[in-house]
Amino acid sequence: MAHSARTRRLTLRAAQATFAVALVLLCPANPSVVAGQGSGATVFSDSGLEPQLSRIFDEIEKNRLDNALSLTEGLLKQYPTFRLAHLIKGDILLARSMPLSTFGNVSNAPPDKLADLRDEAIARLKAYRNRSAAMEYVPRYLMQMPPDQKYAVVVDTQKARLYLYQNDTASGRPRFVADYYISHGKLGADKTREGDKRTPTGVYHVTSSLSPKKVGDFYGSGAFPINYPNEWDKRQGRNGHGIWLHGTPSDTYSRPPKASDGCVVLSNADLEALAKNLQIGLTPVIISNSIEWLSFDDWQNERRTLNKAIETWRSDWESKDIDRYLRHYSKNFRSSDQDLEQYAKQKRQVNASKDWIKIKLSNLSMFRDPGKDELVVVTFEQDYQSNNLNNQMKKRQYWIREDGAWKIIFEGAA
Amino acid sequence: MHSLPETPSLARVSAILVGLLLSASVTFANAQTLPDVQRLMKQGQMPQALEKADAYIATKPKDAQGRFLKGLILTEMGRTADAIAVFTKLTEDFPELPEPYNNLAVLYAQQKQYDKARTALEMAIRTHPSYSIAHENLGDVYAKLASQAYDKALQLDSSNRATQTKLSMIKELISTSAKPGTSGKAGSGISSETKATTSPVAAQEPKPAEKNPEPAATKAPETKVAEAKAPEPKATETKAPPEAKAPETKTPEPKAVEKPDVAPAVEAEVTKALQGWANAWSRKDVKAYLSYYASDFRTPDGMPRKAWEAERAKRIDKPGKLQVEVSDIKVSVADDKATVKFRQQYTSSTLKSSASKTVVFVKSGGKWLIQQERVG
Repeated sequence: MAHSARTRRLTLRAAQATFAVALVLLCPANPSVVAGQGSGATVFSDSGLEPQLSRIFDEIEKNRLDNALSLTEGLLKQYPTFRLAHLIKGDILLARSMPLSTFGNVSNAPPDKLADLRDEAIARLKAYRNRSAAMEYVPRYLMQMPPDQKYAVVVDTQKARLYLYQNDTASGRPRFVADYYISHGKLGADKTREGDKRTPTGVYHVTSSLSPKKVGDFYGSGAFPINYPNEWDKRQGRNGHGIWLHGTPSDTYSRPPKASDGCVVLSNADLEALAKNLQIGLTPVIISNSIEWLSFDDWQNERRTLNKAIETWRSDWESKDIDRYLRHYSKNFRSSDQDLEQYAKQKRQVNASKDWIKIKLSNLSMFRDPGKDELVVVTFEQDYQSNNLNNQMKKRQYWIREDGAWKIIFEGAA
Repeated sequence: MHSLPETPSLARVSAILVGLLLSASVTFANAQTLPDVQRLMKQGQMPQALEKADAYIATKPKDAQGRFLKGLILTEMGRTADAIAVFTKLTEDFPELPEPYNNLAVLYAQQKQYDKARTALEMAIRTHPSYSIAHENLGDVYAKLASQAYDKALQLDSSNRATQTKLSMIKELISTSAKPGTSGKAGSGISSETKATTSPVAAQEPKPAEKNPEPAATKAPETKVAEAKAPEPKATETKAPPEAKAPETKTPEPKAVEKPDVAPAVEAEVTKALQGWANAWSRKDVKAYLSYYASDFRTPDGMPRKAWEAERAKRIDKPGKLQVEVSDIKVSVADDKATVKFRQQYTSSTLKSSASKTVVFVKSGGKWLIQQERVG
């Protein structure tokens, strides 16, 4: 009796199973750390659509396709141009009429477009399931933020994720605020050449804000250029320009993980939320291939060691013992117009005319470069006073670790 | 059989409707009228059928069967909006009946309103979880919706990738056994392909269907009462009860047949004649084409046969490619007359058209020849 009805039910079950398997493969449901663990003081922003996306996949894995479908439809109501959700919706619907063989079971679709959406799904879900790192650990790069910098941005290109940290001046520790899905260069990170379709990695900051009207619909709700190539990039011979943080076209909620010519692209809603916290000329944007996370203790140690080196440099300068002072400079040191020899010669001349020197450093920031060199970008306001000259300036130094000691490899006005 | 990918095969509706025994609502009057309506529908005389149906509904405004037929007639006439209104009202007045939901869904799907179609089908299934046609239709609608979703996901134009929609209109309004007192009995006169293929099962089907937990069991069988009143030959929905089919068999194309024992052969002959006619036309073989017409063929506007033939020859023998295809063929036979309804897909270098057509064949000298030909 009711043979075909039973067959149909079996087919449906089979379809669900296939789909679930595909998804399990796609995103192992074993978040290494459960969110919400740890101190109750951690404020976590659950904004954005990953929580909903994650629930949808959970429902699918539990074979509750009806729930999954209504959640997906709810998500699409909120974000009608979110293509990944359309793909999931298609799968859930199709699973009801035929067995699925893969996630994104579209026939005759361009494989690259499908791969893009699958990559986006993986990136979003992985980041969401492992997001606790952002709360429990500190990105190694945020060594020290100055009091006037309210926020810092750290980008992980491999994870297709941007993390926003607040400068918690009370605890001295960067406090996680939010994280967002991002797209980066079609050909990945580590930009070196104009037109290489890569996103630069390094320590940058937001240099300006371009209005959406001026830049056009493709860039969405705004654009924030960063200072690539920075002093270090130029010194390494890297070129190119026009690396921005920007939004998406109006018909596209988000782009695939690898989609831009080098820019960092956020959804318009996310960009708008982020923009509120960006200080032009100030907010650091550190772009990494893969963020290194430190425990609070390790982070404190690194920070203390470098602070100590900087303080020694400062006091050695005040001491007028020029050899002790020059010890802090790498043999590869270069300023914008001098190498170490020329620099040393000039310093010795100046030093000869000094009876006393007083140096005050304030608003000091230390951001570690994510590249393979142990390099830290140090920026501060310098108040220089001496018997014959007073001067205030904003200075930037690149400190590098050579043979276990921190040395200055670049110095210039910031 | 689906020549038009975007058009659900509503032409399937042409089969005779089986009477419905709705408890005490059967009166002598409706027993007379509804079969009349059905016969007119079968003959393709939709305006007349509609007139009769309206008259019937005027006397029995609450009668589901009459209104259901009206919905089918309007569908056949291409008055989709009106048909939707009729079926919608039926779902409101008889929410326990799955058939109006199903047909509503077919019409929505035809208009590419797949979300509405889905809702309607889900309602049909909610009332009758094992309603196999609604399940199949819903599967198609889901596939269509999935395709739309994929297009949005990938920013594609799916027009050349579209899966065919092949939703089935329900032609019978039969309350399922889920509702006490409305179940039919398996009649002796089951005349359908179901019987032709699986007659031993169907014939031995136990009569009281209420005992059967599957509502679908009462779908194909018709009541004896209706049978007695309906003078016309009958055909049942070919979406047969699931248990009457081999599990793997795909539901065959619905066809209306005269008498189970002779119908398939006659039908095949007529279908063959129709295809021969279309082929001759496609080949631009005027002589062969004209040979398919009976001597008493009713020319349009009664024009002289010679003039008509000359006109046809001129039209057909134009340069450029020509293709005439027939699909969705439904044959109904009465004595030496066979009425064939089908969809005609006409493609020439200048024109592409698709129309439903009706051709009446007569048997003459062992050959089936065309006596009437009309659009609609």
